[in-house]
Amino acid sequence: MKRNHRLLLFAVGALGMAFVYCAGARNLPPWGQYRGPYGDAIAQLAVYQRHATDTVNAVTYDYRGFDTLGEEFILFSAVTGVMLLLRPEKGKSGEDEEPTNPASFRDRAALSETVQVFTTAIFGFSVLFGIYMATHGQLTPGGGFQGGVILAAAPMLLYIAENTDAFQRIVSHPLVEFFEGVGAAGYALIGVAALTMGAAFLTNVIPLGKTGDVFSSGTIAAISACVGVEVAAGFTLVIFEYLREILSHRKGGEE
Amino acid sequence: MRFPADYPYYIAAWILLCGLYGIVRSKHLVHMVISLTVVQSSTYVLLLAIGFRKGGYAPVFAGLHTGARVVDPIVQALMLTDVVVETTVVALLLAMVVKAYEKGGTTSPDDLRFLRG
Repeated sequence: MKRNHRLLLFAVGALGMAFVYCAGARNLPPWGQYRGPYGDAIAQLAVYQRHATDTVNAVTYDYRGFDTLGEEFILFSAVTGVMLLLRPEKGKSGEDEEPTNPASFRDRAALSETVQVFTTAIFGFSVLFGIYMATHGQLTPGGGFQGGVILAAAPMLLYIAENTDAFQRIVSHPLVEFFEGVGAAGYALIGVAALTMGAAFLTNVIPLGKTGDVFSSGTIAAISACVGVEVAAGFTLVIFEYLREILSHRKGGEE
Repeated sequence: MRFPADYPYYIAAWILLCGLYGIVRSKHLVHMVISLTVVQSSTYVLLLAIGFRKGGYAPVFAGLHTGARVVDPIVQALMLTDVVVETTVVALLLAMVVKAYEKGGTTSPDDLRFLRG
């Protein structure tokens, strides 16, 4: 199809969509005046029913826990797909060896010492903050998804700081793959644990504890921690695969 | 000129159409993937706009009495997971772009002739 024909087709479709959308949006409740009963019901009930003060995470990991399990497996399979696609192909010379030379991670230009010192200093803080986020999702904004991303970003700080030995040791560690599996399986197993107690899949069977405690809200905290492990490991794997891809091309260019 | 009172709904539609236009006019596969993320971000605007309540608090009852008027937590939970999942899906799509370039030697969506079955 010619580009102009495609643009014409898009214009027709976009106009049609805009028309239908505007007609639909006119009948939405006015902006800023949310009416729906469900959000209010959850906001009223979650603290009493689940002892979780962050109702968003009560929805994510409990009321809507089954959907979140599916979404976590989208993440899992996407990471698996990245690994399958970017894995070096056997038989291609020079590409199936691991990037073992730390010097090859370094960029050409020298980095200022200020950046090196501060990014390394922030590393510990990032790890701590990521763990805090992943374990306090039931109380305050945060949770496993956010905490996991912060944890996975921490090794990137080492990369920026050119602390490449440490960076490589972390991202290429075999345990990362192990933890990705543990995170995904842990979520499903928490759901299965409810079945063994005669409740429905993913029922909140762990004692709920005292509202406001870290060890409160039952499975919400446990699932949030599992998701944190899964997301952190998954993102680290993606970072590693892309880095290996970049390095194999850079090596190929130099030869 | 006065904005209509519901303007966030229309902004969501505008972002959606911008992203779709980017996909249609794309000359580079990476550009196409980024356009897809623009399309996806329109859903965030729409969902949050639907759940928003003027003067409502964040639906986190740490230090907030339980009868307080809050915005809808459900739509926030819907997009919370999506933000992270989207990133890994983008990583998967970009990995496909890398492979498409390796196999076909092109990054233009128009030249992906080898995809024909």
